Amino acid sequence: MATLVIAAHGSHLNPGSSSPTYAHADTIRDVGGFDAVRETFWKEEPHFREVLRTVDDDEVYVVPLFISEGYFTEEVIPRELRLEEWDPEMWDSDGTDASQATLTAADTGQTVHYCGPVGTHEAMSDVIVRRAESVTGDDEVGEGFGVAVVGHGTERNENSAKAIKYHADRIRDRDRFEEVKALFMDEDPEVDDVTEFFESEDSEALRASGRSHGRRPCEDIVVVPLFVADGYHTQEDIPEDMGLTDDYREGWATPETVDGHRIWYSGAVGTEPLMADVILERAADAGAPVGDALDRVREVTGGAALAGD
Amino acid sequence: MDTSPYEAFAEAAADGIAFDGLSATTSDGQVEVTTPETSVTAPVSAPRGGLAPVEEYITDWFFWHQHAPQAEDRWAFLRWLESAEERSVPDRYEALGDGHTRSWGQLAVTVTLGEGGERRYDLRHEADAGTPAAELTGHDDPREMRDIVEADERGRYRPLKTAPTLVDGWVFHDIDAATLLEAIEYCYPATVANWHREREGELDISHWRETMERQTGIYGVIQTWDRGEGHDHVEWVAEACCADSQCLKRREWQYDGETDLSTDGGDGAFPCREPCSVVVSAARQWTKLEGEQSRTYEFELTPSEKEQLEALVDAVADGRAAEIREADLYDGANRYRTRFLRAKLFDDEGNLCGVPTSPEE
Ligand code: SF4
Repeated sequence: MATLVIAAHGSHLNPGSSSPTYAHADTIRDVGGFDAVRETFWKEEPHFREVLRTVDDDEVYVVPLFISEGYFTEEVIPRELRLEEWDPEMWDSDGTDASQATLTAADTGQTVHYCGPVGTHEAMSDVIVRRAESVTGDDEVGEGFGVAVVGHGTERNENSAKAIKYHADRIRDRDRFEEVKALFMDEDPEVDDVTEFFESEDSEALRASGRSHGRRPCEDIVVVPLFVADGYHTQEDIPEDMGLTDDYREGWATPETVDGHRIWYSGAVGTEPLMADVILERAADAGAPVGDALDRVREVTGGAALAGD
Repeated sequence: MDTSPYEAFAEAAADGIAFDGLSATTSDGQVEVTTPETSVTAPVSAPRGGLAPVEEYITDWFFWHQHAPQAEDRWAFLRWLESAEERSVPDRYEALGDGHTRSWGQLAVTVTLGEGGERRYDLRHEADAGTPAAELTGHDDPREMRDIVEADERGRYRPLKTAPTLVDGWVFHDIDAATLLEAIEYCYPATVANWHREREGELDISHWRETMERQTGIYGVIQTWDRGEGHDHVEWVAEACCADSQCLKRREWQYDGETDLSTDGGDGAFPCREPCSVVVSAARQWTKLEGEQSRTYEFELTPSEKEQLEALVDAVADGRAAEIREADLYDGANRYRTRFLRAKLFDDEGNLCGVPTSPEE
């Protein structure tokens, strides 16, 4: 058997930052599949530096609860876990393909299967769709609805935009929603102008192009921020930028009407229970003997009807 | 696990047992047991009757080998909790009868004896020692510890788990060893593992310099704070953050492998093996602030005003500001006193005595 370690950012200021990590860890603990499940953080304890010494197993699967490949997943986590042989080349990824690398932790001698981040796993597309279902309360949501997947943009990490586009493309290819867009906080196409990207002309043009199956204008837009936890960006910046509210402290309605569109703002995708499934998938892809834990997690998180690809 | 202590013991004795003052072997179908007090024998096939006089030794062996988690660090910690290395089995059993308590940070752990020598534990805040468990909020799921440790008594988030601001009023009563260890792990993560490494002489300490040299990204700048001009700045960091009044870990890291800090590391039960993320974040801010050159300012203050400024800094640094009573006008950090000082000495821009921060302003 083995131990699963979920590695997340955490916060010195916001207790909510680590709650999704704990929630998903609990889900996986409850279904079994690992001897133990441990949480570890960059800004909270146990720190990445010290988590492995609290783990009994010699075989450890580390899944970063991060959205994209980049500074944290390629540099910070492996360094702090003392995976000295690590080289980002081991993932052989161009930004969204990281799978896993098997390494040895220098301080404990444990075998660490270092997995790609949850954010770029293909199952993450299902979580975004699930988020759309849960925020609208409609398991069949699609017709008449547009979806905006929102991320940081490339300012700090070019792979961050890649992950957003990757999932937007995948969801668009399913032909379930009228329109799917990748939007960003700090670059074009910007989330500030969200409604402009779902104007009826767009949809009409699509219909004229024959690509649609009777698409209508997206009066309804589901906005899903591809973030691990709710915090400053998802609860203050994005809602204000989109015009859901002038002052985040006053809150907003779901849906909220902006420029004649109904905006269904879901909050961080990382709080969706189905995320536990992506974490397990990452570990299973790396060879973790999870048995039927995946099926059981899907039962609990409502992922039984995962579309997959 | 489903065998009785006696049968499990008799079976294991075939390979020889030496544990906690007891030794046992088998020959000709008999198990022979010697303790400091007595020697007994019994048939391996039906050991219970013959071994009854050394029951405590048998159940002790059984707990430590069949019930207690076997991971070395946690096993050693559980032993430490009942002072197992210092006391004989009969002494310990007598003490455990009433409950044997040790503290771990702000936690008080009491060990008692359950059925068949199994240890039961009571975990609570040390401030609640002596309070009947029924008067405290009871918990049995170790995950609930996460909620307990999240905020201090004023509801403020606790970013540092080992800050001495753990709230009281709760108890995990009559729990088993595994639950205890898990709850402690959520309260003070990795402290048991590092404590054990230290006892074994294997604590891997990362001193200030190597820790800061490892930093990259927005923390990479901290390296520039070490300018080869001594390490006073690190003494100040340690005094600011790592004193026992701020953190219960005993700071074992120094400036570097050759240069100890003179600031006291504290008396905590568990060690701190490298500057934590709170200290690293703070050091980043100080690196920026300490990059400034000092200037000469001129302020006119009465002697009492000077002392009041000092009292204010002290009150905030000691976390005392919120406790100062509304009408305690003798305390320089009293709110009215402070508001008066501001009304008198600050100009409209908030400058002390009207002196601008930058003269070019
Ligand atoms: S670095 Fe200082 S404040 Fe941080 S855990 Fe260690 S002793 Fe405590």
